[in-house]
Amino acid sequence: MKKQLLAILALGVLFAISGCSAASPAPSATLTKDSFTKDSLSGSITVFAAASLTKTFGVLVAKFEAAHPGVTIATSFAGSADLAAQLTAGAPADVFASADAKNMAKVATLVGTPVKFATNVLEIAVPSGNPAKIVSFADLAKPGVKTVICAPAVPCGAAIIAIETAAGVKLTPVSEENAVTDVLGKVSSREADAGLVYVTDVRGAGASIEGIAFPEANQAVNTYPIATVTAGTNRKVAQAFVDFVTGAVGRSVLASAGFGAP
Amino acid sequence: MIVVAIAGAAFVLLPLVAMTTRVNWAGFVALVTSESSVSALLLSLRTSLVATVLCVLVGVPMALLLARTTFVGQRLVRTIVLLPLVLPPVIGGIALLAAFGRQGLLGRPLELLGITVAFSTVAVVIAQTFVALPFLVLSLEGALRLAGTRYEAVAATLGARPTTVLRRITLPLVFPALLSGAVLSFARALGEFGATLTFAGSLQGVTRTLPLEIYLQRETSPDAAVALSLVLVIVSLVVVALTLRTVPGARGRFAA
Repeated sequence: MKKQLLAILALGVLFAISGCSAASPAPSATLTKDSFTKDSLSGSITVFAAASLTKTFGVLVAKFEAAHPGVTIATSFAGSADLAAQLTAGAPADVFASADAKNMAKVATLVGTPVKFATNVLEIAVPSGNPAKIVSFADLAKPGVKTVICAPAVPCGAAIIAIETAAGVKLTPVSEENAVTDVLGKVSSREADAGLVYVTDVRGAGASIEGIAFPEANQAVNTYPIATVTAGTNRKVAQAFVDFVTGAVGRSVLASAGFGAP
Repeated sequence: MIVVAIAGAAFVLLPLVAMTTRVNWAGFVALVTSESSVSALLLSLRTSLVATVLCVLVGVPMALLLARTTFVGQRLVRTIVLLPLVLPPVIGGIALLAAFGRQGLLGRPLELLGITVAFSTVAVVIAQTFVALPFLVLSLEGALRLAGTRYEAVAATLGARPTTVLRRITLPLVFPALLSGAVLSFARALGEFGATLTFAGSLQGVTRTLPLEIYLQRETSPDAAVALSLVLVIVSLVVVALTLRTVPGARGRFAA
């Protein structure tokens, strides 16, 4: 008797579940397909990501959260060196995405094995209308042209030295900024005639800035690594997010922002 | 009350003491005497000195006018003069760009005359003067009001002309406050960071002052950043200590 009751109950539950899933319309095909694995993820994680990833990771986090309703992701965007310093000082994070291998190496003992997920190259940024008529990398060194670059100490500036050697051109910038965003600001406000920033920065800057690609940029391709933080409290979700960024969706979002494949 | 006061002093002192524990003493001399560090320190001292002189030249007449006369909109003028004191420096930088930048209100005509302020040492001095001026005006105006007009009135009745009164009575009376105001301005100029970074840029020997150098060194060599920070703390300490010693009653006048 008891057994029968249980069986009926179980049957009812089964019906209820199948009825529910049939009745609620699926938001998208991909969502239902692997909803079994995704439903197992829950909790919150914190993602530390390089400043140049602000827009793309904003999109990726929103997509990831939509696919996993039980997951919330907090993001912190800053210069890779700053983030590495914060991690070293014990800042709570679950995932670290750096703009270069050097800053990932600084926290090698605190993270899992890094995976390369994107590349970025430098491009010349000029104010709309290109007032100084820049067409090549060599033009940046012409007298009277006010060029702003990153300081050699920061990743976007370190790349420039390699490019200068390849092009046989020595730049005499009017300012060496601390971050690529500072260079962009000086160009978009038309204080500088030209600046060297990443391709993705030009794409994200809007109408006030025009980008000029140059062949020597390929001498200094910047590779972005991502890794989970060993001390993270939710490593399962962290790993899922890393897989998501390095997977097909991550690839396409990054590509549409101008990032290259690693 | 004493406990709170001691806690307050400790609150200021603790981070600075904590910083000294991070100093790499073995490499200290090498770190602070590197070419870029020395160049940044010299640039900082030079520009801060010029900015202080400018603050005195412009600030003394402003303080006199604010303290000794009454005019329509005086309260508004005082508020505006003191504004850089409370504004985030980065906003000062954006405002200075709008005025003196290459596309700025004054910058564009100046550029036509062949004078470019942007990315030059002049831009650093402008940024420093902008943020330091309120310190001088504030301390001097307070001292002028505190000193009152009795001696000036007596001198005038004895036949002294206004310029003589100013030179022989007013300025000597408030000289300690002028000195302490100038020192405060110098210290503020020395520490200027946000407006300089936004407005002047950052290039070794031209616009990269010590605070900017420290911020940059942080990226690659935290040891150098800490060492240079200590240098700036010591310079500031010496400057403030010197005024407190040479200016009797300077402590009281800061509050004025």
